[in-house]
Amino acid sequence: MRWLAEVHIRLRPGIADPEGQTIAGGLRALGFDSVDDVRSGTLLRLGFRAPSREAAEEALASMCRRLLANPVMETADWELRVDEAPADEVSA
Amino acid sequence: MSRSPRVAVVVFPGTWSERDYAHVAGLLGWEARLIWHAERELGDADAVVLPGGFAHGDYLRTGAIARFSPIMRAVEAFAAVGGPVLGSCNGFQILCEAGLLPGVLLRNEHLEFRCDWQSLRVEQAIGPWLNQLAPGTVIRLPISHGEGRYYASPSALADLEATGRVVLRYADADGRVTPDANPNGSLNAIAGIVNERGNVLGMMPHPERAAEAEVGGTDGLYLFRSLAAWLVAQPAAAERRL
Repeated sequence: MRWLAEVHIRLRPGIADPEGQTIAGGLRALGFDSVDDVRSGTLLRLGFRAPSREAAEEALASMCRRLLANPVMETADWELRVDEAPADEVSA
Repeated sequence: MSRSPRVAVVVFPGTWSERDYAHVAGLLGWEARLIWHAERELGDADAVVLPGGFAHGDYLRTGAIARFSPIMRAVEAFAAVGGPVLGSCNGFQILCEAGLLPGVLLRNEHLEFRCDWQSLRVEQAIGPWLNQLAPGTVIRLPISHGEGRYYASPSALADLEATGRVVLRYADADGRVTPDANPNGSLNAIAGIVNERGNVLGMMPHPERAAEAEVGGTDGLYLFRSLAAWLVAQPAAAERRL
């Protein structure tokens, strides 16, 4: 079974985010005066195989813990869905 | 130890300071061995250096991929038995990602890549890398980084301070720690820390770029001389083999 995941990696609340602050300043300079908060982060799209949703969730949790996010400064969450038309199975 | 020191300098894809370390080792009559990151052994090195650069492109986070390079298992083992390890700039970031040092280095608060000479106040003159200095001494070294803002959780930071493991702080030329003297927004103006045992030093500044008067300063030599003195006092280090 092939799965598609979008993993969102975010700076923990309270950690200064100069990139987000700078983007917010840029938006205000464009006239979007009401923008008072921008936080930057990373979006990763993953495709992988796992036998069940439970196994896919477990794999994602492990990937985030071991590599994708640094718990000192970041949190990770994700959206997971079944790949309804994996390329190799379509061609077969 | 009567022979000259052997230093293993780890080279990741994207490392850029390894030849500067090798050059300084050459000036001192030492042996520098450049060790490719895919290697698994450090040989009979007396000390290990993780130099500056952008290991693996610094993709994902600085040091995040580098910490899984095969040679890092040997570096961790070397550190665990008390071997002297120095990580400067990107090397510091890698040591933090690898869990050999606490905390993390974040994007500079002003978002600029800062390349400059920087005054540093020596807080603790301990361990293999700083024993030839004295607390309170001000040294001048180059910095060259975009992600040097040291951050650790409040409890980790309190522990570092309480145990005297903050060894270098950004300061002005008179040794005063002020907001203006902090080039990147590091918490507590932290420029360098050591592990609990004191043998692993991580620092953002570049000692290897300040070893000849021609380049503007020689204060980096304090670290190399400290290592030489430490190795003489620790003959067992020469017998270590990993």
